[in-house]
Amino acid sequence: MRRFSALIGFALFAAVMLIAVPLALAGQGYWLTVLTTAALLAFGSLGVWLTFSIGRINIAQGAFALIGGYVVAILGTRYHVSFWLSLPLAVLIAAAVARLVGWPILRLRGVYFAMITLSLTEVASLAFLNGGSFTAGASGITSIPRPALLSSSLSIYLASALLLLIGIALAWRFAASPTGAVFRSLRQGEELAASLGIDVARYRLLAFVVSSGMGGAAGAMFAAFQQNIFPTSYTVNDSVNFMLYCFLGGLQSVAGPVVGAFLLVIAFQLLSVIQRFQALLYGIFMIAAMLFLPNGLMSLPQVLAARRHERDAVVPPR
Amino acid sequence: MSLLEIEGVSRRFGGLLAVNDVSFAVETGEILSVIGPNGAGKSTLFKLIAGFLKPSAGRILLDGKRIDGLRPHTIAARGLVRTFQETTVFREMTALENVVVAHHLRRRGSILAELLATPGVQNEQENFVANAKEILAHLGLSGFEDESARNLPHGHLRALGIAMTLAVRPRVILLDEPFAGMNSEETARAVQIVRGIRASGITVVLVEHDMGAVMRISDRIIVLNFGTLIASGSPAAIQQDETVIDAYLGRADETAAL
Repeated sequence: MRRFSALIGFALFAAVMLIAVPLALAGQGYWLTVLTTAALLAFGSLGVWLTFSIGRINIAQGAFALIGGYVVAILGTRYHVSFWLSLPLAVLIAAAVARLVGWPILRLRGVYFAMITLSLTEVASLAFLNGGSFTAGASGITSIPRPALLSSSLSIYLASALLLLIGIALAWRFAASPTGAVFRSLRQGEELAASLGIDVARYRLLAFVVSSGMGGAAGAMFAAFQQNIFPTSYTVNDSVNFMLYCFLGGLQSVAGPVVGAFLLVIAFQLLSVIQRFQALLYGIFMIAAMLFLPNGLMSLPQVLAARRHERDAVVPPR
Repeated sequence: MSLLEIEGVSRRFGGLLAVNDVSFAVETGEILSVIGPNGAGKSTLFKLIAGFLKPSAGRILLDGKRIDGLRPHTIAARGLVRTFQETTVFREMTALENVVVAHHLRRRGSILAELLATPGVQNEQENFVANAKEILAHLGLSGFEDESARNLPHGHLRALGIAMTLAVRPRVILLDEPFAGMNSEETARAVQIVRGIRASGITVVLVEHDMGAVMRISDRIIVLNFGTLIASGSPAAIQQDETVIDAYLGRADETAAL
């Protein structure tokens, strides 16, 4: 029953993304670009959501988006590799880096893992800044060729929406599969999981590698659409945002990071009208969300139901 | 050849010798209890056997093959599983989900097959669920399948912990204080459960402070004191053993409660 309603929700979302939005915003390049950004950021934070499911706060997604972006940029400008080939390569290279880096750092937990992933973003940025002629340093790589078939903002939007839908399906299947149950078991007790025969190191690496591959894909798409990439394209702030989308939307369901990303990205655009108060309003909004919906916006129905229950209850709950 | 052999195992924490040159063997199908005062090294010994700690010296063999130095999940795959002292379960899962996850070692599907939910994977999961329900029923947890583990009462949590280890289908099970914190009624039930485990062909090693239960249930007992094995034998022999009485059980006036 829950599975069925989730399927309907997914179909509705797909219809909105692929049919309603293109019909409504066909001529409005600005809003299409905003939604493209939201879709790609949501895709990246779905990866972060997967690492949350093994109980790790991952603030490294910006690093992997940078890697994905530079793969597409370097292959596209110097070797004239088609975007459609360099996109999967970007995913694979980001995943390979995650495999190497993840092995030692995933031993850390809690705030220690969060700190080291945060510094990874900084390290990646510095590495590309000091990469000499290979990464073109601070001037970045510009004039990245447009991907074949994607010349209009509408087609770019559709590609991003499609990628997001694939990402949702992937994360959802992961969460529903036995592997997803193993991920959740790691969050709740790695020693217990190990005692039951679960190769803890292998599974937490799997979650991190999949997450980082998704970050690489998001970075690759952004680089191709913006046609440029710089060492500062993703900063620690961006990595933190990937994580915030998850928190804001909620960690319970796959919809959480998607709702969080769309809401924050769109809110940011709307708030830009009143630029002077943007940071203030943004801050108040985030604090209010954390205060009243600590389990994310997706928990709103449960919170409201609990409130109603509380009010109607004859015997006050404990 | 014994099923499980501990040969001259020591474990040092800095200047402290927590386990000191301990040797004993566990035979197939027996219930062996490890007793001793607090800090005698019982829990350390369990961690060494299950792979959560590496011995500083000595060897541990399962079926004649060395398992010391292997990681816990590998040792579990070889057929030796431990439970935890605290009521350790996956608290955010239901009782049923806890036991289903514990079927991990029997999963055969690739990740791709799982993502696509192939009929093979679905069948396997259905089997695991059916088997998990059976195990839960066997341990008296039938009505609690869909209850979140965090809501289960203490005694049921411990049963759930045992249910999870049974799902692994081990040949040796290490129970860390299975009767701690239980009243006499709960203990009687837990003793029955442990006997049932042995009856199903699983060898049981347990650490326990409840002397009444230990004396009733054990085939053999070994006694640790300050990390050293000071006695081993049948419950009757242990109760008469002078060194054990001095170190742990105490003199007659103190043992009246036993």
